[in-house]
Amino acid sequence: MSVPILAAQDLTKTYGRGPDRFDALKGVSLEIGRGDSVAIVGKSGSGKSTLMHILALLDTPGGGQVHVDGTDAKTLSGRRLNALRNTMFGFVFQQFFLNPGSSVLENVVLPLKIAGVGSRERRARGMAVLEQLELADKARNKAGNLSGGQKQRVVIARALINSPQVLFADEPTGNLDTATGRIVEDILFDLNSNHGITLITVTHDHDLAARFNRRLYIRDGLLINTDEEHAA
Amino acid sequence: MNPLEILKTAMANSFRSKLRTLLTILAIFVGAFTLTITNGLGTGISNYIDSQIAAVGSSNSFTVAKTDTSGNPASGPKKYDATTKVLAAGGRPGSTQLALGQADLDAIGAIPGITGVTPVTRLSPDFIQWNDHDKYQLSVSPLAGAQPQLAAGAPLDDSAAQPQLILPSSYVAPLGFADNSQAVGQDATIGITDATGIMHSITARITGIEQSALLGGGGAFINKSLSTALADAQGTGAPAASKSVWANVTASFAPSSAAQVNDMKGKLAAAGYTAQTLDDRIGTVKTVINGIIGVLDAFAVIALVAAGFGIVNTLLMSVQERTREIGLMKAMGMGSGSVFALFSTEAAFIGFLGSAIGSAAAIGLGTAVSGALARGPLSDLEGLHILAFAPGSVAGVILLVMAIAFIAGTLPAWRAARQNPIDALRYE
Repeated sequence: MSVPILAAQDLTKTYGRGPDRFDALKGVSLEIGRGDSVAIVGKSGSGKSTLMHILALLDTPGGGQVHVDGTDAKTLSGRRLNALRNTMFGFVFQQFFLNPGSSVLENVVLPLKIAGVGSRERRARGMAVLEQLELADKARNKAGNLSGGQKQRVVIARALINSPQVLFADEPTGNLDTATGRIVEDILFDLNSNHGITLITVTHDHDLAARFNRRLYIRDGLLINTDEEHAA
Repeated sequence: MNPLEILKTAMANSFRSKLRTLLTILAIFVGAFTLTITNGLGTGISNYIDSQIAAVGSSNSFTVAKTDTSGNPASGPKKYDATTKVLAAGGRPGSTQLALGQADLDAIGAIPGITGVTPVTRLSPDFIQWNDHDKYQLSVSPLAGAQPQLAAGAPLDDSAAQPQLILPSSYVAPLGFADNSQAVGQDATIGITDATGIMHSITARITGIEQSALLGGGGAFINKSLSTALADAQGTGAPAASKSVWANVTASFAPSSAAQVNDMKGKLAAAGYTAQTLDDRIGTVKTVINGIIGVLDAFAVIALVAAGFGIVNTLLMSVQERTREIGLMKAMGMGSGSVFALFSTEAAFIGFLGSAIGSAAAIGLGTAVSGALARGPLSDLEGLHILAFAPGSVAGVILLVMAIAFIAGTLPAWRAARQNPIDALRYE
């Protein structure tokens, strides 16, 4: 069996101390293979977002280890960690996190700018990825003037611009109406099945979760085997 | 992110909140404007004083007198020494000054670095007259090597056999000339009384007219030939002994560094002489003016420090506003160093805008006001441009303001840089 792209052992995470202490994760272990599509499903406060943030190396676990492609994340230097976030991972957020005052193209090429890519190449690659998501005609529009579905497509374009191996999505359809949400879902699954990008999505939407290869159910900081809500 | 990209992004970011940036720039503008004006005032007045000092005498010479120690209160009367001679001196009535003789001239000339020694002869001409017009009193400047600021004509020629003089512009109309240019090239008659009371007349060519000056005593400048002629006439019939004692001598030297000048001064002091350069004699004026400019500069810097807090405030608000954006950039692999550089560059850029606009406005307004003053209220002080802007000091002001802005920007930049990406993304 090949090395899993992401592996976690006994992850714990605690917020606050004393009477305010809250254990968000109480020992989570998992492995995600290359090209897999995984849904992390749970209710609000179950620890699902915390788990994704730790897997994406945006947050550090209180205990346990995360291995990326076989390497312990703790051993990565700041520079390597930044390079990893920049080129290996892509992020799609429920709240978009677009810069409304800048143009669509500028928003999309932000990761390239951070990586220090020259402006000519940035433009070419930015236009190519916008083309792929059928947004080329909106390149010069201000990001703040787009509809919700268009914004989420811009966010996906931004996540894809560095050809990441893993795409993290946090409630990608949470702010969209059903029809638009469906389009965004289709784009994500197309990337997974036709481009081999590993897809890890946090959601509480069971219809969306049903479309994934694997579902990880999380409750009160622990992975559980079945979807109790549905099983009940 | 490469440095050029950081600069471009920081510049673009500073224009995102235009009103806030504008107000900060205005605060810096006031400080930079004041600092440039006070600097210009210093430069303008220093330039004027330099030219005025050059008009009084050469900067490459000492005025040397014998060091007199009898003035010390506790020293008591001094023993008589047959070789010491004294002269009546200015100051309080009855005061005397130790005189210099030929032996002293030789001793001073022997000091290394001194190229020439000339006694300062006090000449007291009685009058000057042109073409039978009225006679006017005249005084002549005793110091050789002066470079008066000319309103017309040419400088004196010390090697010429022809007696020459330069008159202050105040003499032009009284002597009967229509204007400065008519006076230049004319021959005037100078009357001088000798020791026995006989009046001698000496004819001298007017080569130039001096602008009215701040430090000059309103006297005429004369060349060596006229000086010798006047001294000969004045000395006619005087006892030989009085011809060979002088109160002061001028010791000239090749252009030297300050250290070399001080070295020569030290050697002269060791030999019992007090030597002063023109800067020593008149430079105190400059020190006072530099002191005043320094105080004004300090006020301008206080204004800039206040503006610095404005920058801190502006940037802290920006960091607050852009918390999610910073978090996003960090999530996408932007290093803390780059985030810090981004915000401190933005601060320095705001500082640059404020100082560049402030300095430009100060130069524009200052030049106009200075010109108007030179034509109007200050027209009596010819050659004075009260505000002069040296490119070096203006660049210095801009760099200083940018440095203050950069320092002000470090606190907000540091707060931005240390943000955890996930905390920043959660921030609502």
